[in-house]
Amino acid sequence: MLETVFFNLFAGLAIVSGIGVVLSRNTMHSVMFLIFCFFNASGLFFLLDAEFLGIILILIYVGAVMVLFMFVIMMLEVNVAKLKEGVVQYLPVGGVIAVLLLIEFVAAASSGVFTQGTKASTAHLGQQVNNTAEIGQILYTKYLLGFEIAAIILLVALVGAIVLTIRERKDAKYQNITAQVKVRREDRVRKVRM
Amino acid sequence: MVGLSQYLIVAAALFSLGVVGLFLNRKNVITILMCVELILLAVNINLVAFSHFLNDLSGQIFVFFVLTVAACEVAVGLAILVNFHRLRSSIETEDINTLQG
Amino acid sequence: MQETAIMLSTTELLAIPGLPLLAALIVGLFGWVLKEQLSHTITSGSVILSALLSIHVFMQVLDGASFYGDFWTWMISPGFGANPHEFIVPVGMMIDRLTAIMMIVVTVVSACVHIYTIGYMHGDPGYSRFFSYISGFTFSMLVLVMGNNFFTLFFGWEAVGLVSYLLIGFWFKRESAIYASLKAFIVNRVGDFGFLIGVLAIWYYFGSFDYKTVFGMVPAFVQQGHVLSFMGWEMTAVTFICLSLFVGAIGKSGQVPLHVWLPDSMEGPTPISALIHAATMVTAGVFMVARCSPIFEFSDTALAAVTLVGAITAWMCATIGLVQNDIKRVIAYSTCSQLGYMFVACGVSAYSVAIFHLMTHAFFKALLFLAAGSVIHAVMANQDLRNMGQLRKYMPITYITMLIAGLALAGVPPFAGFWSKDLIIEATMVREMGWIGDFASFAVLSAVFMTAFYTFRMFFLTFHNSDRVPAEVKSHVHESPKVITIPLMILATGALAAGAWGVLGLDIANPEIANGYFGTSLFVLDAHNPLMMIAEEGEGNGWYHFIFTAPFWLAMGGIGLAYAMYYRETELPAKMVAISPALHRFLLNKWYWDELYEVVFIRSAQRLGNFFWKSADLGMIDKGLIHGGIIDSIATGAARMRQMQSGFVYHYAFAMVIGVFGMLTYLLLKA
Repeated sequence: MLETVFFNLFAGLAIVSGIGVVLSRNTMHSVMFLIFCFFNASGLFFLLDAEFLGIILILIYVGAVMVLFMFVIMMLEVNVAKLKEGVVQYLPVGGVIAVLLLIEFVAAASSGVFTQGTKASTAHLGQQVNNTAEIGQILYTKYLLGFEIAAIILLVALVGAIVLTIRERKDAKYQNITAQVKVRREDRVRKVRM
Repeated sequence: MVGLSQYLIVAAALFSLGVVGLFLNRKNVITILMCVELILLAVNINLVAFSHFLNDLSGQIFVFFVLTVAACEVAVGLAILVNFHRLRSSIETEDINTLQG
Repeated sequence: MQETAIMLSTTELLAIPGLPLLAALIVGLFGWVLKEQLSHTITSGSVILSALLSIHVFMQVLDGASFYGDFWTWMISPGFGANPHEFIVPVGMMIDRLTAIMMIVVTVVSACVHIYTIGYMHGDPGYSRFFSYISGFTFSMLVLVMGNNFFTLFFGWEAVGLVSYLLIGFWFKRESAIYASLKAFIVNRVGDFGFLIGVLAIWYYFGSFDYKTVFGMVPAFVQQGHVLSFMGWEMTAVTFICLSLFVGAIGKSGQVPLHVWLPDSMEGPTPISALIHAATMVTAGVFMVARCSPIFEFSDTALAAVTLVGAITAWMCATIGLVQNDIKRVIAYSTCSQLGYMFVACGVSAYSVAIFHLMTHAFFKALLFLAAGSVIHAVMANQDLRNMGQLRKYMPITYITMLIAGLALAGVPPFAGFWSKDLIIEATMVREMGWIGDFASFAVLSAVFMTAFYTFRMFFLTFHNSDRVPAEVKSHVHESPKVITIPLMILATGALAAGAWGVLGLDIANPEIANGYFGTSLFVLDAHNPLMMIAEEGEGNGWYHFIFTAPFWLAMGGIGLAYAMYYRETELPAKMVAISPALHRFLLNKWYWDELYEVVFIRSAQRLGNFFWKSADLGMIDKGLIHGGIIDSIATGAARMRQMQSGFVYHYAFAMVIGVFGMLTYLLLKA
């Protein structure tokens, strides 16, 4: 009973903030709405016994990704006034498609196909099972390769982001390692007098 | 009793909102990126819901990886955007069309 | 004829065509580095050797030797469709009486021409190439006559056509020569198409290309009475085969209507006119019909067709030759006419006489051409008869040899032509073939008169009459060097004696073919045999016989008229032309055959080509059907498709969403 209340609360607030993300004029406001949406989704995760993921969502998604968004928005000085022109022009087509998509999803979800394999009543496992420990147990054994690959992807993204945006200052001195290694004795040493 | 279908409907709604947002936002690339995040969030909710109702933890593991990749994608996407802004001083999607055929 | 145990040596038989081939390849490939001396020595030497070997083989064959064997199988293919026969193409030789005599003709004339060419083509930049070609031709012709199956025959057939093309266009910088060589090749091709159909029909019905097999199966095949029907027309299979083969002969031997290439082939140097277009290549058609006598004999329709075509050609070409002004053209039309004689002989089933005439004709016609070449050499290529005259003083040897050749051609005894021509005329008159036979008799008789007339018209205009040689040429006129006159003298001997030798020595014209020279190599049904009929009428072949026959008097009349008109310069020729200038023009323009072909075939082909170019190619593909043509429509379509690549990311995202939507719909509907 309590569960249903909390579910409706979290779900409703998530959808409302989603609408806010889409429709707000100020980009900063969109980001705020998105953050709020993430909080509510995290709540939904908690309801689904996935505490670890709920916390991770807050920590990483909101704490890092959204902060990055805000940094970029503030850095780029987005011109607010020019935005939101021409919204109405594209609304019909996009709106129609989206509504149709929604209808289809709902139809699929409530068709009962997906509930076939589920347990009739799923008891919340509560304190007997520590979600974090469970995830840890299979992440580092069965899904170890995926874990490592995810780490490499992160590395690539890290290096990629740096390479894309780095600017060398003209007055700063940098080392050119390749040139240093390629140097020959004749270029550096000159016999003057024995 | 909250069943699986309800969670799926929520996720579907968020997904559609994200799609609508993709179309409506012509003037702001950042909003597009945020709508992509919305879509990914909807997928995550789906995955966790299934994981819970099928009593299989691999759904949550998958969410783990989706999260990782989404973060990377945002990082690189924003880096590109920053570069683009340095060149053109604008982030309107309508100006980003030099790859046309 | 008993088959004795003398077997001809395979090496010798292979050497006869092999030596000229080897020489042709060596001189052809290395002629640019060999000097003139070496080129002509290699080729002439090999051909002379080949000639000597042929004579040796001939003598062995007279003693009863023969040869029949395959050397190699070119291809074997299993039968297909409804036809159960395997498609086997062997390469082999058959040496019998017929082959032996043809080999002698080919190699001896070729040897004479090789020696003659040493003098005639001296200094020409393409000297080695020419020798390579004529040796190659000798090889091809030998393959043609020595083969033991239809495919080897066909190979030789095509090869001589090819070499003829190469040689007619030998002076390829001359436009007229190129046109003439193309014309020869294309017209030949038309004939070869028919020939190939005939050869394949033989395979279809008999299952083999081999002469012995096919000839053996013919009587039984005729009994079975296979009939082909096509759009309401019915024809026996044998007739169809014979007519198809004969179409090839029409093309190759320059019979009407495919005769148009032969006079134009005079664009080539005179030695090849002598070798190819008088003595050997054009006679391949006659040889083929004689060789296939076992098949032709069973089809009266085909024999009638052969006779008719031969008669028409003999008569028509003789009329054209009456008024031609180019010395070589006169002789060319004479060749067509004489070939017509040979075909008439084949048609009345006197194959032995046809081959006999082939042999004698080879000698005196080659001689005529070579002598004409000698004259042309002297007057620096002014071939027009109206610019010659009184050359007797300058060129005695050429004069005498050409006189001999002319008398032989006209059919004056005891020269060679008389023996063979006379027999043909008699055979034609004796054989009952309905209206065709009557027409043929008329044609061959009137052609005797005309032949004698035009031959001596040419002779007198060249060597007698008045001196019309232009001044700048006069100083150059002289007798040709020995290298040219010696082959003339060799051939003159042949022109003198070959006839008498043939009848009296070889017994060529024995009414019973099997007992005469030819033995089993020719086949005549007894009901058809005209020589038998002649013998039965009891007039015999005595040498005195000639005085009472019409051909002799017609020939004398022709010579007499020519003498009266052309021996000295007179008004008579002009008066004769004045009687009917239109007729004169008609004959001078070769009965307008070329113009007819131009209108009927060439213009239609050009129009068809134009249509395909303008309407189909330009119209449909480049411009019309789809607006802007196919090319343009592709470009427009691609331009439109390119608009999908707008460069806007949200367009792409939209497309992706549409895709997701579509897939979802599909899955939902499927479930």
